[in-house]
Amino acid sequence: MRKASSAVWKKLKPEVNASENILVKNSFDVDGGNFDTAGTVSTRIKSILKEQGLPSDVVRRSAIVSYEAEINVVSYAKRGVINLTVTPAAVEIAVNDEGPGIPDIEKAMQQGYSTASQQIREMGFGAGMGLYNIKSYSDRFDISSEVDKGTFLKMIILIQKP
Amino acid sequence: MKLREIKEILNAEVIVGEDKLDIEVKTAFGADLMSDVLAFAKAGSMLLTGLTNTQVVRIANVLDIAAIILVRGKKPPAEAIALAKDVHIPILTTKYILFETAGRLFAKGIVGCLEKVEAGSERI
Repeated sequence: MRKASSAVWKKLKPEVNASENILVKNSFDVDGGNFDTAGTVSTRIKSILKEQGLPSDVVRRSAIVSYEAEINVVSYAKRGVINLTVTPAAVEIAVNDEGPGIPDIEKAMQQGYSTASQQIREMGFGAGMGLYNIKSYSDRFDISSEVDKGTFLKMIILIQKP
Repeated sequence: MKLREIKEILNAEVIVGEDKLDIEVKTAFGADLMSDVLAFAKAGSMLLTGLTNTQVVRIANVLDIAAIILVRGKKPPAEAIALAKDVHIPILTTKYILFETAGRLFAKGIVGCLEKVEAGSERI
């Protein structure tokens, strides 16, 4: 378990319980450093969610958080995996990467804080909005990271509001 | 308003989507920061931007943006053009700067896809 320097921003309850009907379960690989294909996984996730006939707000928010997370993996990590799970209640997007990790999660969560390279900034990212956007657009968000190992994100977008 | 009229107002050149000039647009969002485009641009709006890479097209596709309007006379690279053709998103380019582009469209009745960013804007 990656526990060192972990921060839970919105305490997670287990959203996807085993008895629940899983509508979609997919896993996608993301290449670190490959800016040409950055965003293609999120494009697929959006199509899958749209095909499921989910509300447009849910599709949109899922696409946004997935896109930002994918850009982060491409920008900073060696490689990553994005896991998509859909139940009648929620969309869950979990991202696990092998990379440098985040030494100070609290700082990284702040709007405007970024360690992005010039290349990332030229693409229109790296303004320190990624994690902040991910947090604002998910109903539940969990992040943990270990320096020199990687970062784990879990975002939940509720389909049926409690 | 039809995209064809947008083209006239901005004296724009159509780079992709000559066959899509009859689509209707009412709103727009303008930014060069892709995180803000992701956060605030709405489906069916035009995206006014000075960025030309493939990310812009991919994001426009994910957000169901109606058309990309490149400002300051920017021309997209071949990969961005190819992707826009694939996903059927029109790209126009105008020599006007972002401020002038937005002002000219606003004067003709195009409005922002949201007026202000306030707490909860992301849920609209």
